[in-house]
Amino acid sequence: MADIALQPRVAKPQIREATRWDLIRTNKNWLGFWFMMPAMGFLIFFLAYPLGLGIWISFTDAKIGRPGAFIGIENYEWLRDDSIFWLSVFNTLLYTFIASAIKFAVGLYLALLLNENMPFKAMLRALVLIPFIVPTVLSALAFWWIFDAQFSIISWSLKHLGLITQNINFLGDSTWARICVIFANIWRGVPFVAITLLAGLQTVQPSLYEAATLDGASKWEMFRYITYPLLTPIIAVVMTFSVLFTFTDFQLIWAMTRGGPVNATHLMATLSYQRAIIAGQLGEGAAISSAMIPFLLAAIMVSWFGLQRRKWQQGENND
Amino acid sequence: MSSVQIRDVRKSFGNFEVLHGVSIPIEDGEFVVLVGPSGCGKSTLLRMLAGLENITSGTISIGDKVVNNVQPKERDIAMVFQNYALYPHMTVADNMGFSLKLRGAKAEEISSGVNRAAEILALTPLLDRYPRQLSGGQRQRVAMGRAIVRDPQVFLFDEPLSNLDAKLRVAMRTEIKELHQRLKTTTVYVTHDQIEAMTMADKIVVMHDGIVEQMGTPLELYDRPANQFVAGFIGSPAMNFLKGKVKSNGSASFEGPNGVKLPLQSAPANSEGQPAVYGVRPEHFTIADDGAEAEIIVVEPTGSETQVFAKIGGEQVVAVFRERHEFSPGDKIRLKPDPSLVHLFDETTGKRLNG
Repeated sequence: MADIALQPRVAKPQIREATRWDLIRTNKNWLGFWFMMPAMGFLIFFLAYPLGLGIWISFTDAKIGRPGAFIGIENYEWLRDDSIFWLSVFNTLLYTFIASAIKFAVGLYLALLLNENMPFKAMLRALVLIPFIVPTVLSALAFWWIFDAQFSIISWSLKHLGLITQNINFLGDSTWARICVIFANIWRGVPFVAITLLAGLQTVQPSLYEAATLDGASKWEMFRYITYPLLTPIIAVVMTFSVLFTFTDFQLIWAMTRGGPVNATHLMATLSYQRAIIAGQLGEGAAISSAMIPFLLAAIMVSWFGLQRRKWQQGENND
Repeated sequence: MSSVQIRDVRKSFGNFEVLHGVSIPIEDGEFVVLVGPSGCGKSTLLRMLAGLENITSGTISIGDKVVNNVQPKERDIAMVFQNYALYPHMTVADNMGFSLKLRGAKAEEISSGVNRAAEILALTPLLDRYPRQLSGGQRQRVAMGRAIVRDPQVFLFDEPLSNLDAKLRVAMRTEIKELHQRLKTTTVYVTHDQIEAMTMADKIVVMHDGIVEQMGTPLELYDRPANQFVAGFIGSPAMNFLKGKVKSNGSASFEGPNGVKLPLQSAPANSEGQPAVYGVRPEHFTIADDGAEAEIIVVEPTGSETQVFAKIGGEQVVAVFRERHEFSPGDKIRLKPDPSLVHLFDETTGKRLNG
């Protein structure tokens, strides 16, 4: 060490002037612009453009194989007097409201359960995800079979138990059909809610529960006064997504009922597809789809206010 | 307020025993500090006292009641956590009044309790703030306020100052001690910082590897450490240890490393040639002509005192002088330990040998 320290210092070259290339290279704004370009390109070509095109088509009388001309809001005027359209709006709202509410309740319950210490915790958590990873059409087909008029395993079991004498016409009766599609949607949507809320639960410091234990809180009081309030930000996120996914659901309905019986399970998305692609009335179908936008915007507005940083989240970092 | 008795308490996690029979008597109103290196089981013991961990065997009583199977909330204790564990979504007032609210107290009762504690801790202007809007020291005070509001029999502190910066730590140390003098509530305080222990405690319990090494007042532990571990743990800079042999034939002395002769007031009986560890605190060195020769390595002035690192017989020691000396590295000086303040420990068991 001493030898190294004692070596005479060699004069070093001067620090060189910054070139124009150095300026570009070190300018963070310039670099940021380039990094932003690919994402912006994707968003424009795959989201903004189709959305704009869809809205444009809704103002034309385009049919499959015919480009169509601008007809103003004629398509919307037609829809105003179309009882099937209004039925689909009602169905969509009913479907979204009931399915989301139950998904939230069941998802939260599952998340709390999975957050407890228990044997095979990791495996159980993985199992919960199964409904989420099965392709929608596949699970829809399974449900179709489960709710089949002749071969339904539910009817079969109930008959063998002697509870009913005739098969239940699950997908043929309008009330039953609605219950069945809502059930299938809940089955599929619960894992997303449960796993996301579980992630939220795990961010709650264990010492808060210890402090609450010493403060004399019961299990319910801990949930009511600590877990739930701390979870509200993530609940706002997960329920926004859940509502958006449910509102725009298409696959499950199309595979199980195609909107039947007698349009009882037609959602706006399925009706739009039926009018636009099956019947070829692109303009009218696009108008139905575009009519979903105000509802979705309303849902986003609700979550926007729900997602606002709460007062207790503001200020200095906690760490 | 009440006394606490910890009797032969053991704790195992699975087959792994972390506490091997700990007994600590704590008197009513006493400020007891559990101190030890990390992993010594001090926090576990505190959590057992709080009821957050089960007691594997032995008993803990608060007052005259054994609380082994009493629910935490019924033990009438309050705890201040290392990370404060303030509820982030509640204001300072709500945080402090939470236990009263759960107890079903009336609104006026809660606010009077909160206001009283806030006044004691000078938190009144902060009552409407959220924990995020507070500084570390303020959060620390809110956590203490939450404990005070409950007016418990026993306060428990789990390393409450380790998240604060050095200056604030010193200030909060004084504040906690002053608070204890005013409230006179029995307090059990866990820390790894021996200076905190020395400055705050009525009684220090030094723990190491799941056992109690020594219990006593701060100065007892400082002046007469029962073993080498306590001697090395208490005091800063730490005590110097030199290995060697006791010479008791003729006048007592100690033969240090490389034959260095060190003074000894008296040798234990029948100890001629016994291998031992010679302990001397840095401030008990003086410069004297009959001292052991030492070569200075590093000099660290702190203003009020100067720490001198030197080698005696090839072993590094540190000496602290309050008076100023003109030393520089490489200087040869003669360091003489004060024989009446020297400690002698058994080389294998580490037990104290001299009286």
